[in-house]
Amino acid sequence: MEHTLTHGTASGEQPHSEKNYLNETTGIWSWMTTVDHKRIGIMYLVAVCVAFALGGTFALLVRLALLNPQHTLFGKHWVDQEMYNRFFTLHGVVMVFLFIIPSIPGSLANFVLPLMLGAKDVAFPRLNLMSFYLWVIGAVLGISGILMGGVDTGWTFYTPYSATTSTHVTIVLMAAFILGFSSIFTGLNFIATVHKLRAPGMGWFDMPLFIWGIYATAIIQILATPVLAITLVLLMIERNFQIGIFDSRIGGDPVLMQHFFWFYSHPAVYIMILPGMAIMSEIVPTFCRKTIFGYRAIAYSSISLALLSFLVWGHHMFVAGESDLANVVFSGLTFLVALPSGVKVFNWLSTMYKGNITFETPMLYALNFLILFSIGGLTGIFFATLATDVHLTDTYWVVAHFHYTMMGGTAIAFFGGIHYWWPKMTGKMYNETWGRIGAILVLIGFNVTFMSQFVMGGRGMPRRYFNYLDQFAPMHMYSTIGSWILAVAFLVTALNLLASLKFGPKASANPWGGTTMEWQTDSPPITHNFHDQPVLEREPYDYRPREVTHA
Amino acid sequence: MSTTTADLQNPQGDEHLDDVSHHHQHHFATMEQQFDTSKIGMWLFLVTEVLTFGGLFVGFGLMQNRYPREFVEAHEHLQRLAGATNTVVLLVSSFTMVMGVLAARTNQAAKCARYLWITVGCAAIFMCIKAYEYTHKYEEGLLPGYFYHHHGDLIPGSHGYSTFFSFYFMMTGLHGLHVMIGAVLLAWLAVRAKRGEFNSVYYTPVDLVGLFWHLVDMIWIYLFPLYYLIK
Repeated sequence: MEHTLTHGTASGEQPHSEKNYLNETTGIWSWMTTVDHKRIGIMYLVAVCVAFALGGTFALLVRLALLNPQHTLFGKHWVDQEMYNRFFTLHGVVMVFLFIIPSIPGSLANFVLPLMLGAKDVAFPRLNLMSFYLWVIGAVLGISGILMGGVDTGWTFYTPYSATTSTHVTIVLMAAFILGFSSIFTGLNFIATVHKLRAPGMGWFDMPLFIWGIYATAIIQILATPVLAITLVLLMIERNFQIGIFDSRIGGDPVLMQHFFWFYSHPAVYIMILPGMAIMSEIVPTFCRKTIFGYRAIAYSSISLALLSFLVWGHHMFVAGESDLANVVFSGLTFLVALPSGVKVFNWLSTMYKGNITFETPMLYALNFLILFSIGGLTGIFFATLATDVHLTDTYWVVAHFHYTMMGGTAIAFFGGIHYWWPKMTGKMYNETWGRIGAILVLIGFNVTFMSQFVMGGRGMPRRYFNYLDQFAPMHMYSTIGSWILAVAFLVTALNLLASLKFGPKASANPWGGTTMEWQTDSPPITHNFHDQPVLEREPYDYRPREVTHA
Repeated sequence: MSTTTADLQNPQGDEHLDDVSHHHQHHFATMEQQFDTSKIGMWLFLVTEVLTFGGLFVGFGLMQNRYPREFVEAHEHLQRLAGATNTVVLLVSSFTMVMGVLAARTNQAAKCARYLWITVGCAAIFMCIKAYEYTHKYEEGLLPGYFYHHHGDLIPGSHGYSTFFSFYFMMTGLHGLHVMIGAVLLAWLAVRAKRGEFNSVYYTPVDLVGLFWHLVDMIWIYLFPLYYLIK
């Protein structure tokens, strides 16, 4: 850290630092009405972190409820099935709709995407603010649903149960519907921005790979989310008026609901993971000081993941009465997803090969990502294989698999990204030692929590069950202890970051020696991002020795 | 894709855009860049609309496959003349919409406002006819799902009929909602046009709402044969 700090200050880009986007105007109102993508990004960051804490609390409660087969704590019985059903549903709903989907696009991408393009803002700044407020409305609705007593359907809202249960499904569906529009407008904004607001001289293949990842994400947000919207509307109407589209008692089809749901929600897992991959493609070359290996391959793999994501939804219904032919086709298509994912992983590894690697906190998170996402990706192949899928469907294997991709992938990349861009966003450096401790604790806690779930799943422990056989007791206990380690890890990380706001040393414009455009302006940037319109001088990730052209 | 569309829509080209000092937002370099960007945004929004309705079209197709005889019989209850009239009304409104955009682009404020109001009128006629049809369905008991209570069906007790009307009301209802939203937007534009807010340099809102209106028309062009004509 020390050497990079001096490197940044030496480049002498600090004289303008009195006025920046954080202190140009002050007061709550100036934030609430801002159309500055950087401030909206910060508001999103705060909001999704609060959601993460809420969802995490529910996760801890779920794990605590499963600590032992008697569901006791210090000998006292404290939780029943009903409560447990609500815990895991709320954990899922909050984490999926309030945290993961908006996390990276809303906060980090909102902040850095225009900066990376050399633009002054996103294409539609007011729409951007509206996305944020839609998120807030969705969150308020969702949380009031929780306060009224919650939902017990699971985050997937499968019919017929979701159409008949007496819990507060409608209001939570309404929340998810509104959050969907927030997501659509964010995606729409980013696509228009990438098309029209690139800096002079920046062609498509001069863009940082982060942009490619976010662009691919935006494609999915636009194409998939509307289908979820109409599905949720139909479900709300079904629930309240019994129109018989999903209700088999009056002619409907509950599996149709599953198809509609996964037509969105399978692409949605790529809405979740692609931004994580996008962050990886920034962190890895920066901390290896090496040109990224296979730029075009990574760019194309992002787009092909986005397109493939629409062709595999049927693998969620392998045991729901889908025809054999459909099963075989969906199985084959699902295997294809491994290709672009593998392309990315091998390109990051090749970038690291013979690189000048340093292990600052963001790089540790990137390494965590590589380990955890690879495990998550490879264990997904078990589900693409029809025969093993039958055995593993709806077991803890699924739970472990998607936590390795969603949390081990996206959430880890998100925290890596926060550490990576923290100096740019806040103008402060955090304590590197505590950052590293947090990253390592996350890795340990995560594996303790979820590796044990792979073992349980393989042995047949069904997901979402409250009661379990004594033979699973040790693994459940390990998993719960792991969840506590994770909680400590995130607490350490949060305290370290917050402490830096007050005690952290001032960050230079480019503390990591990054090559993309966001590092060419002050930390934190001025309101209009750049003092002069930046012009593309060299391709991204160019770490070859060169003459210093800017002073 | 969108850039070329914008170029077609804007045959006057740059010289008109650069020499008039209409303000554009600070993060755009030129009016033309701002216009193109808005246009891309609108096209993307239209894509989401198509997919929203797409889900319903797929659901309809599946259920038609499940209850082919009931669906044919149920569609006989729809008033073909009313549907055909509505199709004509919407086609006319598309024409007046285009004329409105043209008038805005050629600095004819009064004419633009007039065309926009005619378009609003078409929307109103459409909704009136739709209301008449809905009333008829209601009186006959041709209602969605649980509420269906029509007598004299060829296959008594089959759920196919109620499913047909579930989709009918969902799809035409969602479309009707779009017509009403479109009408409100058009009225707002007509007021602004009358005030002379649009000219050859800045007519983006008229153009974008126009795109939206054409999409609403186009969805009806698919709904009409699907429900009223196909056997």
